[in-house]
Amino acid sequence: MHNNPILRISTKILFAPIILFGLYVQFHGDFGPGGGFQAGVIVASAFILYSLVFGIEAGKKLFPPNVNLILLALGGIVYGGVGIVSMILGDEFLAYNILGSSPQSGQHIGILLVEFGVGLTVSNVMIALFNAFASYDKVKEK
Amino acid sequence: MISELLINAFLVTIMLSIAIALIKTRTVIFTVILTSAYSLVAALMFITLDAVDVAFTEASVGAGISTILFLAAMAYLPKKEEESISSEVIPALSCIILGGILIWCSFDLPEIGQLTAPIHQHIAPEYIRGSKEDIGIPNIVTSVLASYRGYDTFGETIVVFTAGVAVLALLEKKNTTKKNKSQPKQEIRKNA
Repeated sequence: MHNNPILRISTKILFAPIILFGLYVQFHGDFGPGGGFQAGVIVASAFILYSLVFGIEAGKKLFPPNVNLILLALGGIVYGGVGIVSMILGDEFLAYNILGSSPQSGQHIGILLVEFGVGLTVSNVMIALFNAFASYDKVKEK
Repeated sequence: MISELLINAFLVTIMLSIAIALIKTRTVIFTVILTSAYSLVAALMFITLDAVDVAFTEASVGAGISTILFLAAMAYLPKKEEESISSEVIPALSCIILGGILIWCSFDLPEIGQLTAPIHQHIAPEYIRGSKEDIGIPNIVTSVLASYRGYDTFGETIVVFTAGVAVLALLEKKNTTKKNKSQPKQEIRKNA
């Protein structure tokens, strides 16, 4: 696959729009279909496409595995952190009303952050899974 | 109404033929690709039910990423499934009986979209009204997912995280132990 010009060039053309679409799905989830789960998968698919066409090593150079693992955990921390912050501000866990000046803007901020946490975790889990499978050493046990 | 019926019949026919092809095929790559196609048709089914968010998830997760992950994992499997040696009569019989019971039960289900159905009486009206007033978001699915049911989504995120970490732990560990053992072997292979 590394030497097929059609695949290489179309991957280069498609890479940025896929991520852009992922971000649109992520942050437009309040108004249209979409949200963290779908957006995370779409963003991950851009990186996986890159790894498929240019090889797993190039993919790891583009998105280093240690950054991947940190972001993987960070998503859950962002989600839980929103809950903790709302607790510190004096409301219940994951009650967003207190986060903004009005209850509605608080809900907006809370949902946006929470969905961002979901997207972060999902996309990085998918990339990590693909990397783990693709770089798993196949040693025949004979 | 008629057009909806036609579309549903069309989709169900495709789904059935994919399912039959899935039973027949013994090649692993065809199984993976047919499962992906099945997910795509299921996503279309969800669109006809006006569940756009679910359709989106099904298309991206079911038809997209899980196919890639299956293909990546498939590299470690034999190319063909083994022919099963046990009898296929009992599994077929239990499938037919279970399917028959499910179809029989489906006659008691309320019609799709009926307002008086129990599912639309319990807490759904509160969410539909509240989504506009309390949360101010046009997409009710997002407001239920992220706000009303924030705890559940938090749990889901942690499940995804845990599953990812578990797979990583399993594969990474084998990777390092095997690498140490097979270092000389790999060099030989490279030279050859």
